[in-house]
Amino acid sequence: MAVIAEPIAKPVSRFRFILDRRDVLGAVFVAPAILYVLLLVGLPLLMAVYYSLSAYTIYNPTWQFVGLSNFQDIIENSVFRETLYNTFIFTFGSQILGLVLGKFGALLLLRRFPGRKFVRALVILPWAVPIALATVAWQWMFDSLYSVINWTMIALGIITREQAPNWLGNPDLAMLSVIVVNAWRFFPFAIVIFLAGITAVPQDVLDAATVDGAGFWRRNYQIIMPMILPIVAIGLIFGIVFTFTDLSIVFLMTMGGPVGATSVLGFAGFQTGIVSGDVSHGAAISLFMLPVLLIVVVAMLRFIRRREI
Amino acid sequence: MQRATIVIAARETSFYGAVAFFFVLAAFPFYWMVITSFKENSDLYNVTNVPFWFNQPPTLEHFRYLFEKTLFTTWLLNSLIIGLCVTAITLITALPAAYSLARMTGRNGEALGIGIFLTYLVPPTLLFLPLSRVIAELGLQNSMWSLVLVYPTFTIPFCTWLLMGFFKALPPEIEEAAIVDGCSLFGAFIKMAIPLSLPGILTVVIFTFTLTLQEFVYALTFVSASDQKPITLGVATDLIRGDIFYWGEIMAGALIASIPVAIAYNLFLDRFISGITGGAVK
Repeated sequence: MAVIAEPIAKPVSRFRFILDRRDVLGAVFVAPAILYVLLLVGLPLLMAVYYSLSAYTIYNPTWQFVGLSNFQDIIENSVFRETLYNTFIFTFGSQILGLVLGKFGALLLLRRFPGRKFVRALVILPWAVPIALATVAWQWMFDSLYSVINWTMIALGIITREQAPNWLGNPDLAMLSVIVVNAWRFFPFAIVIFLAGITAVPQDVLDAATVDGAGFWRRNYQIIMPMILPIVAIGLIFGIVFTFTDLSIVFLMTMGGPVGATSVLGFAGFQTGIVSGDVSHGAAISLFMLPVLLIVVVAMLRFIRRREI
Repeated sequence: MQRATIVIAARETSFYGAVAFFFVLAAFPFYWMVITSFKENSDLYNVTNVPFWFNQPPTLEHFRYLFEKTLFTTWLLNSLIIGLCVTAITLITALPAAYSLARMTGRNGEALGIGIFLTYLVPPTLLFLPLSRVIAELGLQNSMWSLVLVYPTFTIPFCTWLLMGFFKALPPEIEEAAIVDGCSLFGAFIKMAIPLSLPGILTVVIFTFTLTLQEFVYALTFVSASDQKPITLGVATDLIRGDIFYWGEIMAGALIASIPVAIAYNLFLDRFISGITGGAVK
């Protein structure tokens, strides 16, 4: 091939030349973010794994390797097994309740009615407001003496003052209360996710189904639901991860009580690792979240890949 | 005909009934915050009073107490400083990273972007033990600066992902034209890509700020000195003296801290949703 003209070398500094290479500048641009995340997420994650295999406490900060004995200790502890069980109840109870509320809420908000925008804005609140602050408001609503819920039930004649439940003092009711608060926090998120999914279903698909004789329920469950499944799954993944690892609701409302009835993994890890200073056992407790997280991450990756195809 | 009207009326009633149910469910705890924070104590702590409305004239006593006798203003200021610093760190790191992943690294960029985003799912309750050690090593224990250090661990992944979407939606021809006209790659990013994605940057600023306001676990773990607490932690844990809850003050504080976040969320909700669903819905 004949060279017609030599490219003219521009008199630029070498520094600029390097930064004008797409791959080099790309790497320079992405490096700070990756480094930050590696140093303060990746490294601590490895440290957490190592803590759980060591005899580390804040009083005796050795890195002595003890193998799986920490895990053995906590599994043999019946309090921990209850905590693990509670975590699943808490997570699935509140997610199912949240999803049901979310689906219904989304169906209502699909219809145009006067004041819809206002209702939508208000319905988002439980998810938008810092959960610690909303939890405190719920704690006040569940107060043993001045509970507004009890007051209403008494005023309606459903119960008498002597029968008024102590929401956060009874093991079953306390679990119910934290589940309700968490579902309350997540249902607006579920509504928004469902709405985003449903409005993305092309109208002609629905029209075609209607012409073919599909009624409301059939359109709902055989057309809309399968079509919005990926986006709902992503929403659910977020819900599960943030609930399974939650600490704030239980910490503020019940402190894991009464007698451990609402203790969940995040709370137990905090109590053991931070409050009591038994870092190695605390880390081992927290690491029980990891299998669930891994499953969730794999599911998430599958959905993202499916979206790309 | 008559029958049809009744059916329609019944359907309408149940529809609006259901809407009202959701309305009350979502809004009542906030109504409760408002009414509690303006009530006299003698009105609050009386089981014979109707709790839904004022039995005595409303009062600003709780707000006055909050601002004059507690560290509330300090917490507000702390949250503001933390929010500003974290936003700055997030923008400086996430903007170039997102641009690079969207434009410069090709197919690997997508995978790397997903990888960064997944770290958003690593929970604080798994990381707080090792991170508290890291913070102690840096001498930041019991200081709000520990939160400035740690909060970007979730804001950077989230905002990088969000901004990636924005940069991808930008037509590359604009930067290419700038480069043809003699702009460097870096110059094209600074002079073209950033000004064009200002709406995205604004979204990121708002979300970083609200995410830092909502965070509770790291704050609880790393900061126990009262004057270093951010507002969420201060209101939730520091207004209880002994075993006594000062509900009027607590609700007043919660109300003030909730309002800006609630407004910001409502304004930027759609962007947030398309962010976390990865643009699965356009």
